[in-house]
Amino acid sequence: MTKTSNPAELAEISKRVRRHIIEMITAAKSGHPGGSLSATEVVVALFFDIMKHDPANPAWKQRDRFILGKGHACPVLYSTMAEAGYTPIDQLNTFRQLGSIYQGHPDVRFIPALEASTGSLGEGLSVGIGMALAAKMDGNPSRTFVMLGDGESQEGQIWEAAMFGAFHKVDNLVCIVDYNKIQLDGFVKDIMPLDPLVDKWKSFGWNVIDIDGHDIAAVQKAFHEAEGFKGKPTVIVANTIKGKGVSFMENNPKWHGTAPSKEECALALKELA
Amino acid sequence: MAVSTKYELKIGPATREAFGKALVEVGKKNADVVVCDADLSKSTMTTFFAKEFPERFIQCGIAEANMVAIGSGLAAAGKIPFVSSFSAFVINKGFEQLRVTAAYPNVNLKVVGTHSGISIGEDGPSQMSIEDLSLSCNLPGFVVFAPADEVSMKAVIHVTAEHVGPVIVRAGRSKAAQVYEPGTEFHIGGSHELLSGSDVAIFANGLLVAEAIRAAEQLDAAGISARVIDVYSIKPIDRAAIEKASKECRAIVVCEEHLKDTGIGTRVAQVAAETTPCVMEFVGVDNTYAESGTPEAVIEKYGLLAKNIVEAVHKVLARKK
Repeated sequence: MTKTSNPAELAEISKRVRRHIIEMITAAKSGHPGGSLSATEVVVALFFDIMKHDPANPAWKQRDRFILGKGHACPVLYSTMAEAGYTPIDQLNTFRQLGSIYQGHPDVRFIPALEASTGSLGEGLSVGIGMALAAKMDGNPSRTFVMLGDGESQEGQIWEAAMFGAFHKVDNLVCIVDYNKIQLDGFVKDIMPLDPLVDKWKSFGWNVIDIDGHDIAAVQKAFHEAEGFKGKPTVIVANTIKGKGVSFMENNPKWHGTAPSKEECALALKELA
Repeated sequence: MAVSTKYELKIGPATREAFGKALVEVGKKNADVVVCDADLSKSTMTTFFAKEFPERFIQCGIAEANMVAIGSGLAAAGKIPFVSSFSAFVINKGFEQLRVTAAYPNVNLKVVGTHSGISIGEDGPSQMSIEDLSLSCNLPGFVVFAPADEVSMKAVIHVTAEHVGPVIVRAGRSKAAQVYEPGTEFHIGGSHELLSGSDVAIFANGLLVAEAIRAAEQLDAAGISARVIDVYSIKPIDRAAIEKASKECRAIVVCEEHLKDTGIGTRVAQVAAETTPCVMEFVGVDNTYAESGTPEAVIEKYGLLAKNIVEAVHKVLARKK
């Protein structure tokens, strides 16, 4: 794996990841494209620029850790980890099939390099805080990153974890909310609104950075800022577009959990060429 | 082994107190042992550990679901976390987190639920766990223990800390009769035959072990020879002991401080059915919630005394061919 801080190169990797996302969900005939596409720049920036990790040595004790709380968006994680060299790219299209390492939601039994099995929303942040706390106790420089969905933030456990993280000053953890404003049943504002989301996190005692989650330079800057911030954990509210990169999927709740047809797949890949 | 006096049992400390003290011992042995508590450390007795190792004690506030998942994260990162609260809270409220963050990825999490069963008395049903063993057995990969007294609890906590994998331990609030001599060994999947007997086998755990011993004394006086077995390891359960008891006694009574329909009774019956079936009776909380009262009064009203076990033995022997 070659790491890069060059936004143009990260954008190229993001495009490849988006193509994998579309292809693997099409092959599986099920899956969650919208929230995978919205999270792409953040996940790619983490694995290819920000995180200290080694695909050849996934058990390295001082590695940075990433947990995808919104486990249903695993196509973006699988594609990025495959591009980084953790798992085979040529098996991505076995996604969701019996025996595939690319399970329907992240499963550490099949990919030990995953940090947590997720899929039941609201639990990943607590697990990540436990890991970050262990690193602090051990004087281990390892940092932990947890990505949440916006719909996921409706789970009460997120706010239990938020209180805990601030009280225990878990400043070696960064939480990212993929704020794409859409969940399964429709728009977040119509289901169970989160706003003012930035104020909520601030009032819970977190350092909050509000950015455009598709602006790679802004994503990089936010992670650097978070690293330098001590005494509080940081949350990056990444404002994103559900279905980003595929015009007919953008901002449409239908694409939360629907697989494209072969024709739609071809159209999408054309846009991502 | 069992205390030398055949039937007379001295009252000892509660198993929660034994847990709290054993936690300090395992903490001294292994620097990776950390403890999480949800604002009940004075009740769960993790306060002993907190005093000894403040830097390894993590106060989680009243948020059990979060505590369980934080424990799983600590475990995944190499710690040996003991998370503790009342059984009714840590198992019931944390069940989903036990399932997804601990059992499914098989992390090295230790969970100790105190104030189990109805013997907490005055606090009433919202604090009483009568379904925790059943829930615990619904977590593939978890080892589940329900020790009866101080000696067994201390030993089980050491076994729990040394075992690599998730474990749930059930502890009680009230003082527990001393069933075991110090030095008795306990292991995963084990049981102890405390009294030998050939007419009926009584399986029990926790506080009901002492009741089973008292029942055996009354039965002895009536000329009935009762075997008493402490099934302290709920999962895995000692299949050989069940098969042997079923074959040799041809009648089994299972008693527990838990819902009768979903506790170890069903597990013992399953093993008997799979090996050598025999007639069985069950003593437990019967499809209801208990109420406030002194522990003694509550246990009596809800039918968990030696006399209830004796009654069940007479019923099962009437059906024995």
